[in-house]
Amino acid sequence: MSENGNDQQDGGHSHGHAHDHSHRHPFQPDLEDGGYSYYQVMTEAVAELLLEKAVITSEELRKTVESIDSKSPAFGARMVARAWVDPDFKARMLDDVIAAADELGIDAGGIPIKAIENTDRVHNVIVCTLCSCYPRLLIGLPPDWYKARAYRSRVVREPRAVLEEFGTSIPDDMEVRVHDSTADLRYMVLPARPKGTEALDEEALAALVTRDCMIGTAVPKSN
Amino acid sequence: MTHRFPIGARVSVSSSFPPGHVRTPFFVRGKTGIVTEVAGEFPNPEELAYGRDGLPARTLFRVTFLQQDLWPDYAGGAGDTTVVDIFEHWLQEADASEGAAGKGERAHV
Repeated sequence: MSENGNDQQDGGHSHGHAHDHSHRHPFQPDLEDGGYSYYQVMTEAVAELLLEKAVITSEELRKTVESIDSKSPAFGARMVARAWVDPDFKARMLDDVIAAADELGIDAGGIPIKAIENTDRVHNVIVCTLCSCYPRLLIGLPPDWYKARAYRSRVVREPRAVLEEFGTSIPDDMEVRVHDSTADLRYMVLPARPKGTEALDEEALAALVTRDCMIGTAVPKSN
Repeated sequence: MTHRFPIGARVSVSSSFPPGHVRTPFFVRGKTGIVTEVAGEFPNPEELAYGRDGLPARTLFRVTFLQQDLWPDYAGGAGDTTVVDIFEHWLQEADASEGAAGKGERAHV
């Protein structure tokens, strides 16, 4: 590390800056500074082979990455808002999320997704205790905390304590139901429409539906 | 379609620890819950992980566990649950004595 000027001792700032000798500030570590992991090497190798053998082009690879990165919770929020204003749509969404998304021109991909409805008796929250399964096409890439061991292990062990840390307090007489997406399905929470939103149109309603509301670590607020 | 376990069946998860790629989390192994939904037929991930076709497809069940059955010292609500997707070959019919906390009349659906 010291070759990069990243040595901690060199970066000490106990002295003032009114000095004339040049000294090297510690650099923020680059992603590559930690060395490549086994799977990073494997990924790079497979990608290089696919390019070399002309199975895919660099442009196709770039576009796919860009497309994955462009997914956002706005897609899921539009679906939730539509479900709030249109009970027939809500029924279709609870029956088949992918087909319901298609009605709104949203590509939800090919992995089955279930919408789980919050009621006045049940609050739902999703996790993948094994890895990071998540309905990416509808709510974007998962946040780092969703993939972290702390959330994955604690939300099934003490869900109410975890929800409290997110500022979400579930009354004792309600059931907290944790959904562990361990296999071939993905889950999104269909939160309840907050009171006091009767005058809002669909677009304004969608703005209330954040990512965490669809994970279940938060509930929509009427502002 | 008939399945090995109907909705409402009380099932126990195998308390086995095979090597390889397995999608059954440790915290439900040996525990008892109720089948609340049949998620469908899917190629067996334990085979897919090794480049095989995963066929014949296995039935995937959604099994609801009372938190009290998973964690004896669970301090949250008595009705709190966790739902886990589990393949049929990990499940067996539960003995009547298992999962005492889950013997109530709650349907969990």
